[in-house]
Amino acid sequence: MDTKKMAIIATKGTLDWAYPPFILASTAAALGYETQIFFTFYGLQLVRKDLSVLKVSPLGNPGMPMKMPFGPKWFKSINWNMPNAIQAIVPGYESVATALMKQTISNNGVATIPELRELCQEAEVKFIACQMTVELFGFEHSDFIDGLEYGGAATFFEFAGETDICLFI
Amino acid sequence: MNFDKELDARGLNCPLPILRAKKALAEVSTGQVLKILSTDPGSVKDFAAFAKQTGNELLSTAEAGGEFTFFMKKK
Repeated sequence: MDTKKMAIIATKGTLDWAYPPFILASTAAALGYETQIFFTFYGLQLVRKDLSVLKVSPLGNPGMPMKMPFGPKWFKSINWNMPNAIQAIVPGYESVATALMKQTISNNGVATIPELRELCQEAEVKFIACQMTVELFGFEHSDFIDGLEYGGAATFFEFAGETDICLFI
Repeated sequence: MNFDKELDARGLNCPLPILRAKKALAEVSTGQVLKILSTDPGSVKDFAAFAKQTGNELLSTAEAGGEFTFFMKKK
């Protein structure tokens, strides 16, 4: 049987959207898929050496429940969503929301992004960074982890054209 | 049931139980049995799907008090 293949284009650079590409790629690798992720635009943040740049913002995100990851059950079930206008003027709102989200992630036994990224690399998921957006955003190759390859759209298609599953995230 | 290796994946959430199981299976030989403990309700369907796709045999699945026990035989 031929090896199955999966390609993902990762375009989002926030903590919440960092999960789908790394969860799917690591699981695909565990299932025996040859897997590749192409990081472009804001997705480049996911292959930075410093992952503390990943934040989650409840601002303009009505689908995100804002719940406290501590305290008694009744307290944890309160939804603290606030109007956008208020969120926008409170300094540090995004940092607080990110810290609370990280606590919730840990409480639920969900892997951290550095952990999932490492699992992908251990499983030989191939990471390709879009050279055009690296230059567009003024990044240096030294901003990114080792083991990355740099390429363009044609590089992506070389592998994507032969895949069983191809996702844009 | 007899087993050759045990994996405690309790408290871990998707996709960690599967990823840890994959790793643990790499450490046993063909025909040997891995016992997996999990508290993730999603892992019941996930381990069945994992077995089906990788060819490792899921010998049994059991639940007791919110804890799941799987026995998987390496291909």
